Amino acid sequence: MKEIQFDAIVAAVRQMCIRGCTLADPRLLELLAAARRGEDNELADTILGQIEENARIAAGGGDESQRRPLCQDTGLAVFFVETGSDVRIVGGELTDAINRGVAQGYRDGYLRKSVVGDPVRRANTGDNTPAIVHLRLVSGDGLRIRYAAKGGGSENMSRIAMLKPADGIEGVKDFVVNAVAEAGGNPCPPLVVGVGIGGDFEQCAILAKESLFRPLGDPSGDEFYAGVESELLGRINSLGIGPMGLGGSTTALAVHVLTAACHIASLPVAVNLNCHSSRHEEVRL
Amino acid sequence: MSDPVRIDLPLNRATARSLRAGQVVELFGEMYTARDAAHRRLIELIDSGGELPVDLTDITIYYVGPSPAPRGAPIGSAGPTSSYRMDPYSPLLIARGQTGMIGKGPRGEGVLAAMREYGAVYFAAVGGAAALIARTIKSYEVVAYDDLGAEALARITVEGFPCVVAQDSVGGDLYKRPK
Ligand code: SF4
Repeated sequence: MKEIQFDAIVAAVRQMCIRGCTLADPRLLELLAAARRGEDNELADTILGQIEENARIAAGGGDESQRRPLCQDTGLAVFFVETGSDVRIVGGELTDAINRGVAQGYRDGYLRKSVVGDPVRRANTGDNTPAIVHLRLVSGDGLRIRYAAKGGGSENMSRIAMLKPADGIEGVKDFVVNAVAEAGGNPCPPLVVGVGIGGDFEQCAILAKESLFRPLGDPSGDEFYAGVESELLGRINSLGIGPMGLGGSTTALAVHVLTAACHIASLPVAVNLNCHSSRHEEVRL
Repeated sequence: MSDPVRIDLPLNRATARSLRAGQVVELFGEMYTARDAAHRRLIELIDSGGELPVDLTDITIYYVGPSPAPRGAPIGSAGPTSSYRMDPYSPLLIARGQTGMIGKGPRGEGVLAAMREYGAVYFAAVGGAAALIARTIKSYEVVAYDDLGAEALARITVEGFPCVVAQDSVGGDLYKRPK
């Protein structure tokens, strides 16, 4: 049995929230720079330039006290956690530790508290908790915590459908492209498009969300789906939506597909959009 | 890109009418911040004949719910929120004097019709460019609805606030994609 202290988890989560919301993913910046080189719409290029400049300002020029959130919507805190069966958390429960870390991170990092405790009565909880936590038990003695700050603008444009198996991969592709087309400028393109295929209703949505955690721009390990990703990226970027929906060829920077087994009668597909403020962090304890 | 056009606020109807979709602009002067909740309260006040906390004549409203201000800064990160959520409220405010709106994403037909009728303009700011935009905000002062926190109605002063005319008063619309 390996013991992990409750407080160590709190500290790690606090740090992930602050880092994730203020430091742009270097891979995202690479993809942005590459997109700019291929963009011949002047306004689109200006906007992409502002996004790059924003990342520099948010990073505070290397001075930690000058760091600022990349986006004011620092999102719901979403976690994918894998805990080894040989791990014992000492001093409290895992979910409590994550929530405490979120509360501390969002307070100390001057991050916006964007959670209401009830979906209809809508009182803000004041500390950005509760977080959404997807927990998995795995073998071994590791604890892996992945965090995403998921803003409302892009999350609200997510779509799910239970297609017929006969719709096949072409039906899946059309659904994804339509979801992006309908979202237009609202989810703050350029996007990272997360696609879940298979599983059941809720697993499919989780796949779409989890796919966004893949290192940005890495293709699927399955050659067939890597091909689907690159075809989708091409189709999405020829929609003409462009950065912020104001026109151009840079609508998405990457498409990530994640799949799972499903029922013989089903072909679920889910699209979870991430804005260019793609904020993901990972720690292993 | 040609240099941004400088626009001084408040924005009168004539200037609002003269702006065209696609113009990259920088705003200087005073404007207000509000999101859906503050809009709803303003509309309720108008409907009930109450006294508004601001004079709507020629005002520009920026749709933003900033992150908390760190010590020494007037405001935290402050990028635009999605404008469609304000669509039910904007036409009446435009009829009562509002000339400028700033947010992200397209506006609905009701808003566009009010813009054409009265002379108002919709600017798009870059969603997620929140640290960059915050640098151009020099002061932040809550005017009403303090209880709404980040969503309060506030008066801000800006210098060089970057945005683009996305939808204008004569039907110009950057969101219309070539088919
Ligand atoms: S969609 Fe993303 S970049 Fe746009 S406002 Fe929301 S969190 Fe920020």
